[in-house]
Amino acid sequence: MPDQLLFAIEVTLNGLMAGVLYALVALGFVLIFKASGIFNYAQGVMALFAALTLVGIMEGQVPFSHLINAIFGTDVHHFAWEVPALLAILLTMTVMVALAWLVNTLIFRHLVGQEPIILFMATIGLAYFLEGFGDIMWGSDIKTLDVGLPQGLNESIDEFTFNLFGYGFFIDNLDIVATIIAAILVAALVAFSQYTKQGRALRAVADDHQAALSVGISLSFIWVLVWSIAGFVALVAGIMWGAKSGVQFSLSLIALKALPVLMLGGFTSIPGAIVGGLIIGVGEKLFEFLVGPLVGGATENWFAYVLALIFLVFRPQGLFGEKIIERV
Amino acid sequence: MLYREAGDFKTSYKDDAQTFPIKFDRYRYYAVLLVGLAVVPFVINDYWVNAIFLPFLIYSIAAIGLNILVGYCGQVSLGTGGFMAVGAYGCYKLMTAFPEVNILFHVIAAGGITAIVGVLFGLPSLRIKGFYLAVATLAAQFFLVWLFNRVPWFYNYSASGQISAPERTLLGVNITGPNTEAWASYLFCLVLVFFCAWVARNLTRGSVGRRWMAIRDMDIAAEIIGVNPLTAKLSAFAVSSFFVGISGALFFSVYLGAVEVGEAFGIQKSFLVLFMIIIGGLGSIFGSFAGAAFMVLMPVLLKNTLVGTLGWPTDLAAHIEFMIVGGLIVTFLIAEPHGLAQLWRLTKEKLRLWPFPY
Repeated sequence: MPDQLLFAIEVTLNGLMAGVLYALVALGFVLIFKASGIFNYAQGVMALFAALTLVGIMEGQVPFSHLINAIFGTDVHHFAWEVPALLAILLTMTVMVALAWLVNTLIFRHLVGQEPIILFMATIGLAYFLEGFGDIMWGSDIKTLDVGLPQGLNESIDEFTFNLFGYGFFIDNLDIVATIIAAILVAALVAFSQYTKQGRALRAVADDHQAALSVGISLSFIWVLVWSIAGFVALVAGIMWGAKSGVQFSLSLIALKALPVLMLGGFTSIPGAIVGGLIIGVGEKLFEFLVGPLVGGATENWFAYVLALIFLVFRPQGLFGEKIIERV
Repeated sequence: MLYREAGDFKTSYKDDAQTFPIKFDRYRYYAVLLVGLAVVPFVINDYWVNAIFLPFLIYSIAAIGLNILVGYCGQVSLGTGGFMAVGAYGCYKLMTAFPEVNILFHVIAAGGITAIVGVLFGLPSLRIKGFYLAVATLAAQFFLVWLFNRVPWFYNYSASGQISAPERTLLGVNITGPNTEAWASYLFCLVLVFFCAWVARNLTRGSVGRRWMAIRDMDIAAEIIGVNPLTAKLSAFAVSSFFVGISGALFFSVYLGAVEVGEAFGIQKSFLVLFMIIIGGLGSIFGSFAGAAFMVLMPVLLKNTLVGTLGWPTDLAAHIEFMIVGGLIVTFLIAEPHGLAQLWRLTKEKLRLWPFPY
């Protein structure tokens, strides 16, 4: 096979893997949007916050140490212990549930029935708040996150493809793990929403708030539940992205990348989030590979948005979304 | 006591429809203009101009522009930073291509260019709305910043990739460049702010503004009563981008002097201007000013108190600023969705009856 084609295939494979990570973030969006009609811009920052908290707990950092030092002139930074990864993940999950409860009680309960765009802006405010809060709590320096996931070149694939085509594909172990975890996560979410009592209640709320209320489903419980699940998805995404590129501010920008994914896949569809993520992942990598050199590179910054923009003009509800019907 | 309609007799329709129907408001407005034009230029120094007045004035223009689009026409845009970049680069190209032309025309022409670009990116608004549109405008934001970063023609093939404003004068006085006097750049911006606010106020009072508001309140109903969504939405995009472009041009040429596009006009700038109009008040020209003043003053005050007085590290102050901004956005959306402008309106209502409310 010609080299160019082999490169293209390798790029496509890597794009698929990157797409899985986009899809992970997009999943969190879809969950909240379906259940409460809130388009949660803060999802990316939640991933950042979760990753920061995880690192902080694992390394035994003192929360708010900068603030404490500034006020009292002390010099505290670390407790004398380190927490094993699994326990730290559980603790972080507790923090995320607490966060979900707080967000629901303090913000979104007061905004019930507002226009979607107001809710959207409120989540932008929440994103800003969380960003500052996370940095104050754990410090803003770039941290490395190591929960023991395998990383680096996958040698068996490299060897296998080398024997087959005479050219070894470079595929990161971490991406493979991420793909597997994403698959498990989606399966678990689908199973949860199809077969458990809470899952059914969640779908009922997504269908019709009033009807759900009248059959005795507690709305506030469901919302806290949904935000907790979104927090969990954010934690998983935060671990993956954090292990890939370090825990830093740019992590929160992946939320912006997840938006075009949702546009493509449709806001209300879990499979849509996955397919959209894959399309965007492959599309931007291939575009950068084929067209990028001609126009100066770094097309990844905007390709996804422009693709979504063009796509929206022809099919506003996305690939799998429900048709938007407007009544006066 | 002074704030009354009573005794202020309107004898013509023109009087009745004026912008400030209450005498006190009118005089207050003239007083503000007088202080701004005739007192402030003589007492300010470089620090005040660069830290407070210039950013306030320039962001006010941007906020007015965005408020027309978001507050009056209901089309949420996250592309303000990108459009400001169009204004800045348009101004730069014009300044270097036609050095003998007056800087004022460059700035206005840069606004015109931005208006055209804005209409182009506003086209999808005919098909999509709400946060779908918000995401579509993100495409404008990222694409435009990338364009100015990657295509060397826009920055005249300079080695650093930055653009810097050459020295230009107006009536023999330096407006841009390193030798500019504080009062000159202040007055230049103030005049443009006055012009923009005046145009915006009168547009929104007239039939164009009513069409925008009809689209905002319910676009299908607006269409039924005879508002053409095509012209209404696109004109909102054009006017809004015109103002945003002017503010971008000023931001680059008068305020900063040299910019790097990703830093000066990134997505953060879009959010900053959006926050200004949320805090200031959606659908209010006064709100645009109030929001701009608030968002410019708050970081300065915070920095002075936390870093200057208490001696805390700067990054801590920056994080606290994030928290306060985020918290305020949410608080305003919950408690007072119409922002500072609504508080101002309530105060005026109270003042009309004060001191005998019954």
